[in-house]
This record gives sequence, C-alpha cells and structure tokens, in this order.
Amino acid sequence: MSDAAEIRFISKPHPITGVTNSKLGVWCFLASEVMLFGGLFSAYILLRIGATEWPHGSTILNVPLATLNTMILIVSSVTMVMSWASLALKNFSKYRFYMAITILLGIAFLVVKSFEYAHKFEHHHYPSTNNFYGIYFTLTGLHGLHVIGGIFLNLYLLLPGSKLWKTNPEQFMGRVEAAGLYWHFVDLVWIFLFPTLYLL
Amino acid sequence: MSDHLSPEEVKKHVTIYVRVFMALAALTIITVAISYLHLPILAAVGVALLIASFKGSLVAAYFMHLAQEKKIILYPLILVFFFFIVLLIIPTLSRF
Repeated sequence: MSDAAEIRFISKPHPITGVTNSKLGVWCFLASEVMLFGGLFSAYILLRIGATEWPHGSTILNVPLATLNTMILIVSSVTMVMSWASLALKNFSKYRFYMAITILLGIAFLVVKSFEYAHKFEHHHYPSTNNFYGIYFTLTGLHGLHVIGGIFLNLYLLLPGSKLWKTNPEQFMGRVEAAGLYWHFVDLVWIFLFPTLYLL
Repeated sequence: MSDHLSPEEVKKHVTIYVRVFMALAALTIITVAISYLHLPILAAVGVALLIASFKGSLVAAYFMHLAQEKKIILYPLILVFFFFIVLLIIPTLSRF
C-alpha cells in the first residue's frame, strides 16, 4: 500500500517525458510565475503610457544601491549553482558553504532593499503617493517576497532537509536543482526590474 | 540536463558559470553607464531591454541549464514567452 502513495519519478526521469516529474513541476510553476510578473509589467506599461508625466527612475530612486543589489543577486545565483555543482562532485561540505553564502547574499539583498524602503517612507513616499510609487512598491515588494521564500527554502535545504543527502543523494540533488531554478528565476526577474524601474 | 554528470563535465560547467558571472557583471555596469548618457526614451528603452534580455538569456541558458534541457520543458516555455510578449504589447495598443 505504501508504494501506491509514493510520488513516482521524482529522482529518475519519467520514461515518456525524459525528465523527472519534480523538474517538470518546477518549470510549470515558473511558467505561471512568468505570467504573474508579466501581468504586473503589463500594468507598468499601461500606467506609464497613460501618464501625462512620469518620473525618470534615477531622479527619485537610489541607482547605486540598486546596482549593488543587482550584483548581490548575480553573485548569489553563481553560489547557488556552485552548491549544486558541489553535490554533483560529491563534496557535501562545499555544498553547505555555497548554500550558506547564497542565503547570506539573499539576506543582504533584503537589508539593502529595506534601507531603500525606509528612505522612501521617511520622505512620506508610499504606494498610495502616485502611480509610479504604486507600481514600484508592488513590483519590488512581490519580488522581495519571492526572495524571502527562496531564503526559507534554501535554509531548509541547508539545515534539516540536508539529512536526505545521506539516505537518498539523487533525490536531494534534485531538490537543490529545483530550488536553484527558483532562485535563478528570482534573479532573472530582478534583471528586468532594475532597468525598468531605476534607469528608464 | 542530464542528472548524471562526470566530474570532468561538472568542472567544465563551473568554468562556464564563472564566465557567465563575469559577463553578467560587465553587462550590469554597461547598463548603468548607458543610463547616464540620457538617450532619447525610445532608444534608452530599446538598449536597456536588449541588454536585460541578453542577461536573462544567459541566466536561463546556463544557470538554469535550459541550453541542454529536454524539449518537453522548452515547448511550454516558448508558449509562455509568446503570451508574456502579448501581455507587454496589449497596453501599447491603447495608444492607437
């Protein structure tokens, strides 16, 4: 009976699709995420085209801080993929090192972002101030929530979830790869958010 | 992407990751530098989106291993990409 409840093909590729069900599932989730952010980018374009005046992002937002955050996320993507590569090389201690760095970089991103938000609130700039701040806080806020989600996911894979490495290394590698796909997607979204909001 | 890579293959991947990182860092600096040129808005949007798309493609192709991924994953993504572009075009139609 226990076999009936088991989710199949989460470590081995499915014979029909050629990929694991878990990887296909993560990609379907990411596809839905593309549409979620796509809807908000679409709203941004509509608001901007319809506005009689639209501020240049660099005049009211902090470009150096956002550039720093872009670099932080890019480095975190490298450390994330290096954590997966370390597992592929059967080096668990290196995996933990790179995963811990990825988590710290994610936290650093949020700290920098919180400085930016605090500065805006000090000057009484809220989502309700105007359409620019409305879409700025919506897009960066939703992205920030994704970063928080990624940090918790990575923390799980660094601490309690890493026990799986001893019992089922193949499945654990699959989980780290799936978490990596999500983390890279979060980086990818920021790559588009940064010029859209701060530089144009 | 095959889940069974030899150590040599993984090391080749790591070399690629480092190169992609350097390209992403350089392109970020270029994006910011170009923004200080204060190009006309259409040119600025074009250049910024072109560089962002290239950076995004690097992340998807190499960090997310899409360059070596099976077609079952690529096909739905192509469909999603098409609808994503449609979402971006729809609001511009309000100008006509």
